[in-house]
Amino acid sequence: MASETTDLAQSAAEAGHGAAEHYVGMPQLNFEWYPNQIFWLVVTLLVIYLILTKVALPRIASVLSDRANTISNDLEQAEALKKKAVEAEEAYKKALADARAEAGRIVAEAKVEIQKDLDVAIGKADAEIAAKTAESEVAIGEIRAGAAKSIEAVARDTALEVIKSVMPGLEDAKAVAAAVKSRMKGA
Amino acid sequence: MAAEESAFNIHPMDQFVVKPLFGHDNILWYTPTNATLWMAIAVLAIILLMVMGTRGRAIVPSRSQSIAEEIYGFVYKMTEDIAGKEGLKYFPHIMTIFMFIVLANVLGLLPFSFTSTSHLAVTGTMAIAVFVSVTVIGFVKNGFRFLSLFWISAAPLPLRPILAVIEVISYFVRPVSHSIRLMGNMMAGHAVIKVFAGFAGALGVGAVAPIVAIMAVYGLEMLVTVIQAYVFTILTCVYLNDALHPGH
Repeated sequence: MASETTDLAQSAAEAGHGAAEHYVGMPQLNFEWYPNQIFWLVVTLLVIYLILTKVALPRIASVLSDRANTISNDLEQAEALKKKAVEAEEAYKKALADARAEAGRIVAEAKVEIQKDLDVAIGKADAEIAAKTAESEVAIGEIRAGAAKSIEAVARDTALEVIKSVMPGLEDAKAVAAAVKSRMKGA
Repeated sequence: MAAEESAFNIHPMDQFVVKPLFGHDNILWYTPTNATLWMAIAVLAIILLMVMGTRGRAIVPSRSQSIAEEIYGFVYKMTEDIAGKEGLKYFPHIMTIFMFIVLANVLGLLPFSFTSTSHLAVTGTMAIAVFVSVTVIGFVKNGFRFLSLFWISAAPLPLRPILAVIEVISYFVRPVSHSIRLMGNMMAGHAVIKVFAGFAGALGVGAVAPIVAIMAVYGLEMLVTVIQAYVFTILTCVYLNDALHPGH
């Protein structure tokens, strides 16, 4: 069959053109080549099978399971960290609320303290003011009394001088004084 | 076919010829051929991607490690979803099939490369291996209850013998469709690209349309290579599921 095929190919090549020999028909149906192809196929498949089962597949499987483990570990860790973060946030909120309450308490205390001081200070100031007012009233009374006396003296002197110049010799200091006194009382 | 027209030297099937790597001897079963070479390149690519790429064992993967992990996860999930928890025992075998097919298919898209999976010898061997393994697993795990796969208890009783015949035929046709689907897709796409490339060569500088067509078909082929690897693998899982759970 080999020589037949070659002969066919050669005759075809000779008949058609001067190029290299060409195959006639389907090379797939040349059963002469079958043992060769099947032998090398079996060798190839065995080699591939050995490479895959001895090296490639276990390696890839271990890498894949390592990755799955890493991912699940990371997820667990992330979950734990998230829990911690939530706890920390709660603690922070609690601390904040405590601090607020404490601050409110301190402010209230301070207010009470200040109010007390303020009351004392106001009381003192009121007392001082009252004392000063009384003092001032006394002083004003004195000044007023002094002023009235001075006015009387001035009026008496003036009246005496007026009488002396209008009707000399008739001046009566006592009568003038009495008259001014009565007048000022009436006024 | 080779010399229909002297203007067009299009030989779309030449790319599938198995040649010895050294000399011009006859191809014996152990002769290193271009098929050997491209299967070895597929093995190297698998080592590069699945072993070198995952060397870092990083928790945050590098790009190549990420690709290896994605493929692993994809095939693992497919096996588990379709064949169930019991099917995971065969995950390395399914992974082997998927890795080989997907890399042989994709490497076949390189210019001047040889596509191992475009040969019936390769896809047929794999399909028969899957068929035999699955049948053996089915009988070992379930004993003669495995035959309930062919006895559809949901169907009305008179129909069951007829359905059983159909089921048996379809069961034995599985390796044929399983292998020819992959090989046909690979061969057809590559042949189409080669034909358009021949047009481009014949038209010379003005070959815009064939080149656009090649680009389009190439894009489609990239899709097809991966999808066919997926289809072959998922069907393997489906057959495995039948063997593990013949009741439904």
